[in-house]
Amino acid sequence: MSMNTLPIDLQILNMLAALLLLVSFAMLSQRRIVTLVNLLALQGALLGIATLLLAWRTGVHHLYLSAALTFGLKVIFLPWLLHRLIRRLGVYWDTESLLNLVGTMLVGVLIVVFSFGLAQPISALASTATRNSIGIAVAVILIAFLTMITRRKAMSQVVGFLSMENGLFFGAMSATYGMPMVVELGVALDVLVAVLVLGVFFFQIREHFDSLDLKHFESLKEEQ
Amino acid sequence: MNAFDWIVQLSGIAIALAAAPGFHGWVNQCRAWLQNKSAPSLLQPYREIRKLFHKDAVIAENASRLFLLAPYVVFGAMATAAAIIPSIATRLPFTQAADAIALVGLLATARVFMSLAAMDVGTAFGTLGARREMMIGFLAEPALLLVIFVVSLTCATTALPIIAERLSAQSFALYPSLAFTAIAFTMVLLAENARIPVDNPATHLELTMIHEALLLEYSARHLALMEWAAALKLFNYACIGFAVFAPWGIATNHAPVNLALAVALLGVKLTIAGGGLALIETVSAKLRVFAAPEFLATAFLFAVLGLLVRLLLGA
Repeated sequence: MSMNTLPIDLQILNMLAALLLLVSFAMLSQRRIVTLVNLLALQGALLGIATLLLAWRTGVHHLYLSAALTFGLKVIFLPWLLHRLIRRLGVYWDTESLLNLVGTMLVGVLIVVFSFGLAQPISALASTATRNSIGIAVAVILIAFLTMITRRKAMSQVVGFLSMENGLFFGAMSATYGMPMVVELGVALDVLVAVLVLGVFFFQIREHFDSLDLKHFESLKEEQ
Repeated sequence: MNAFDWIVQLSGIAIALAAAPGFHGWVNQCRAWLQNKSAPSLLQPYREIRKLFHKDAVIAENASRLFLLAPYVVFGAMATAAAIIPSIATRLPFTQAADAIALVGLLATARVFMSLAAMDVGTAFGTLGARREMMIGFLAEPALLLVIFVVSLTCATTALPIIAERLSAQSFALYPSLAFTAIAFTMVLLAENARIPVDNPATHLELTMIHEALLLEYSARHLALMEWAAALKLFNYACIGFAVFAPWGIATNHAPVNLALAVALLGVKLTIAGGGLALIETVSAKLRVFAAPEFLATAFLFAVLGLLVRLLLGA
């Protein structure tokens, strides 16, 4: 049994990786937008704990900073902002997703298998202790993508987008112990600005179409 | 295999038969306490079984032999399953005779006979219950098998006693795969034993019942056997869970001290599991019948995730 040889902190990291995957699936199945945002905050928290643990384990100092950034931005600020938007826009439920629940889940399982296959060569090249988790990071990214594809409401698509960013962050962390600080700060700022702009955008969409359902965008096509 | 092995084996079966209604009573008692009701005695299930054995059986006119045979087959299957599951000791004649997959087959046999018997008399409720039971069964079984596969991958065997021995022998480690499968197994246990999110064991409300609908036509000793078999099934599932997820204390040799310790620990584990089960039942609401497939699909998903994490992350 290979697990016994692993030190306890790596075991916890593996556990956190598995939980991240689980939260992704929970987000995929969740139709209430409020819960979706809470799950996003949970995902951010798991990511923050993993970063903290990795920083402690490797002694890479800028990881402490990214952990703080994760907690501040992804666990506290963005969920707060999204909750405020939900209250002000009054969108609490997404409409029925484009695929039924069980179908989406099965696609999700296939995605996990696919991403582990995809990540195998990368894992073989990486020299970090957490290289096994790269597959999980790719899976989280692709499942977030699936969440975006199967939803109609702009709100849940933004949550999917943020979850995708979480996956990217986790992938960078497991492959190379995090991106350079400048890049990380840049990405964090990008995400922040994107959400702020989208927040304004929601109001514009609603004003224009009286709804946040993105299928109305189809009427923006040019006349044939 | 010497004579002492057989004595231990037979006393193991006897303990299962004797303790199963008690475990059922304990779950009911905990549930009543949690719901602020005055609890029935722990002996209530025993009294009911005794009462039923003393009554005269009433059998429907158009019942076939299958109807009369089914209670004995179901009870026999559950008793055999109790013998196969290593609840007290691992090195026993019966526990090594069949592996976990055969065990799932045995449980399926009991289900088939129960459903056929319910359809046999031809009442609407029996047929309805049988159909629902088969629906739950065909969704729960793959999840249960996947749970067993994950554990088999971890231990490189499908034999339950060896799984229990290997898992209890190693030092503590975090297994995300086993944690996921434990959740999946708990969900399967709730569905298979007609507990609350899927079926309500305390009601005879016509439109929602599953397990009770199957037994509507039975009376007296047949009903007693069926109820006893249901209690045994719950006990068996709990013991499968202990063997896989909490195998500490199951005796690997037949030193009397170890056996006594194993029996005592089994009692402790059953007490805790019964309380946990009652807690789950108290905090969750009964699902619509049509939501049951989603519940079981979630269990299946947990098991698949456990399998994937095990295969791909090696954890």
